Amino acid sequence: MSKKVDEAPTKMDEASSMTQNTGDSTVNKEQIPANPETSVPQDVSPELLQFFYKQMVFIREFDRRLLRLQRAGRLGTYAPVEGQEACQVGSAQAMREGDFLVPTYRDSGAMMLRGFPVSSVLLYWNGRLEGLQIPAGVSVFPLAIPIASQLPHAAGIAWAAKLQHKDQVTLAMFGDGATSEGDFHEAMNFAGVFQLPMVFFCENNQYAISLPVSRQTATETLAEKAAAYGFSGQRVDGGDVLAVYRAVRDAIAKAAMGQGPTLIEALTYRYGAHTTSDDPTKYRTEEELASWRQQDPVVSFGSRLRQWGLWGDAQEQQWQAQVQEKLIQAVAVMEGSPPARPTDLFEHVYAQLPPRLRAQKAALEKEVAQARGGVQ
Amino acid sequence: MSQLTLVQAVQDALRCALDADNRVILLGEDVGRNGGVFRATEGLQERFGADRVVDTPLSESGILGASVGLAANGMRPVPEIQFLGFIYPGFQQVVAHIARMRWRSQGHYGLPMVVRAPFGGRIRAPELHSESTEAYFIHTPGLTVVAPSNPYDAKGLLLASIEFPDPVIFLEPMRIYRAFRTEVPEAYYTVPLGKAELVKVGEDVTVVTWGTLVRETLEVVHQLERDKGWSIELLDLRTLSPWDEEAVFNSVHKTGRVVVVQEATLQLGLAAEIAARVGEECLLDLEAPVTRVASWDVPPPLFQLEDWHAPTAQRIVNGIERVMIY
Repeated sequence: MSKKVDEAPTKMDEASSMTQNTGDSTVNKEQIPANPETSVPQDVSPELLQFFYKQMVFIREFDRRLLRLQRAGRLGTYAPVEGQEACQVGSAQAMREGDFLVPTYRDSGAMMLRGFPVSSVLLYWNGRLEGLQIPAGVSVFPLAIPIASQLPHAAGIAWAAKLQHKDQVTLAMFGDGATSEGDFHEAMNFAGVFQLPMVFFCENNQYAISLPVSRQTATETLAEKAAAYGFSGQRVDGGDVLAVYRAVRDAIAKAAMGQGPTLIEALTYRYGAHTTSDDPTKYRTEEELASWRQQDPVVSFGSRLRQWGLWGDAQEQQWQAQVQEKLIQAVAVMEGSPPARPTDLFEHVYAQLPPRLRAQKAALEKEVAQARGGVQ
Repeated sequence: MSQLTLVQAVQDALRCALDADNRVILLGEDVGRNGGVFRATEGLQERFGADRVVDTPLSESGILGASVGLAANGMRPVPEIQFLGFIYPGFQQVVAHIARMRWRSQGHYGLPMVVRAPFGGRIRAPELHSESTEAYFIHTPGLTVVAPSNPYDAKGLLLASIEFPDPVIFLEPMRIYRAFRTEVPEAYYTVPLGKAELVKVGEDVTVVTWGTLVRETLEVVHQLERDKGWSIELLDLRTLSPWDEEAVFNSVHKTGRVVVVQEATLQLGLAAEIAARVGEECLLDLEAPVTRVASWDVPPPLFQLEDWHAPTAQRIVNGIERVMIY
C-alpha cells in the first residue's frame, strides 16, 4: 500500500491510505488512542499539520469573539463551539473538493472551512437574512436548527450523487442527542439500504443541553448503532485533530470507492453553554469541565507541533495577529451592513412571487413608508 | 386520445415525466414492484428501472427528507406518501424543510419536487386513510398545493407540478381514482397552476369547490337548476395554494352570492380563508353571507358513519338554498 502525504490546505482529494474500518461492523471500545505519536506523522504534510492548528486557533478565537459580541448585545443567541475545534477541523479538512457538508447550528467552524464566509456566520447569528446566503460553488447546506432532521437530507444528497455518478461524498454532522431522534434511524437506514456515499459524523459532546449521553442511550457507545444498519461504526478521540482527520479521510475514501457509509463517533466536550441562553452549571460540575480542559484539543495539538519542530513562538504570535485582523474585518462587515430592508421578507420564498405575496409586499412597502412618516 | 380514469391519468403523467426528464425519480412505499397500492405507478419500474422508480423502506420522514437532498443536488424527486394520513411522521420534513429550503438558503437550494398523496375519504378504509387536511399545507408558506378533480386535469396539473421550480403537495382524490373516465391525450401537456376552472357558468350564485366534491357538487347544481330554476356558477379551484382569487372575485362580482364546499372539517379550512377574502374584496356585491359547507369538526369516523361526516348532497343543497333565500 502506497503511503501518500496529505497536504494543506486543499490537496486532500487522493486520500489513499485505506488502512482500516472497511466492512467491520463491530466497535472496538478501547479505540481511543492513548499515546499520540511522538514522531512527526508521515501521512500528513507539515503544512497541513500546521494548518490544522491554525484553523483550530482561529475557530477558538472566533468563538470567543462571538460570545463577547453576544454579551455586549451586538449579536443574538449563539451556540458556542469551544472544545469541539478538533472535530470540526479534522472532519471538514478531510473532505475533498466538491464533497458536500450538512452541518448543525454548532458547526460554524466546519462551515467556514468549507467556504462559508466568516462574516456570513456573524450576520446569521445577528439575525440577518444575508447570513443565509451561500456563495456559488460552496456545497454546504444551511445549518440545521431542529435535531437530526438534516440527516435524511444528507442521505438524499448522497443518493443524488450516486444516481448522477458524481465523485462526491456527503458528510453529515450531528450531536449525541440526535441519535435518539427518528430521523437518525431513517437516514442511517436509507444510507445502509442504498449504500450511499456518505459519512455520519457524530460530535458526541456528552450533553444534549442538560441530558448526559448515559441517559440518551442504553448502548455503551453511539458508534455501535451502525451495526443495526449494516455498516461500520467507529469511535475516535474528538480532541485529537489528527485522529479525526484520518478517520474521516478514510471513511470518505471508502464511500468514494462505492463501499458505503460509515458512522464516526467523535468523543468531545462543549466547554461552554448549549447556547448563550443556557446555564451549564445547573447540570455539570466544575471538576468535569476542568478534566476535559486538561486535554484541550488546541493546546495539546500545539504542543505536539512544537515537539515535532513545526511550530514556535514567532509563528504563534504572527498567526494570532492574523486571526485578530480577520475577525476585525468580519465584524466590520457585519456592523457595516446597511439596515435590513423590510421587503426582503418576501425574497426567495418562491422562485416567483405568487399574486397574493405581491400584494402583501406592496402592503408592507406602504406600511413602512407610513411608519417612517413618509408618503401615505 | 384515450379514455382514462384519474389514477390512470396520474400514471400516464408519471410515465411522460420519466420519459421527458431523466432527473425525475419516483420513490415511496410499494411504488416499484407492486406498482403502488392504488396502481398509480404500475409498470413504471419495469419500464424505467429500479433506480428511477424506487421502493424505499417504510419511512415517511426518510422518503420526504431524502427528497430534500435529492432535489437540492440535481434531481427532481416525486415521492409518494401512501395516504395523506400517513404523512404525519414526515410532517416536520414538509413544513420545516421542504417548504423553507429555498428561503433558508436565500435561493441557493430550490427544491423542485412533488409530494403525491391520495386524500379525502369515503372509500370504506380504516382510520387515518381518509384525511382532508390540505389546510396544514395551504397554511405553510413556501408550499404550493394542488388537487385535481378529473383525469384530464390530473395529468396536466401533475406535469406542471413536476416542471415547477418549487415543492408541490399534489393531493389525489382517491374516492374518484376510478369513478369515471375522460379523454386524456397521450402526449405531454400541462394545465397551469394557480388557475381555477369554470366548470359551469351561472348568474345567481357562485359555488367554489375542489377535488372529489367537484363532480358531486355539479350533480347537485344540475338538480337545483332543474328544480328551482336558479342559475348556478361552479368553480373548481384546482390549485389550493395559491388559489385563484381573481376567478372567485370575478364570479362573486357577478352573482353576489357564494358557497364554498369542502370535504375538510369546517374550522380554519380553505373555505374560511375564501370567505374572509370575499368579505374583504366583495362586500358590496354580496346579497347574502358567504356560506361554508364542510365536514363536521370531529375526527373522520370509522366508515359506517363517514357518509354523514363529509358534505352530503343534502348539505350542499342546504348551503346553496341558504344564500339564495336569505
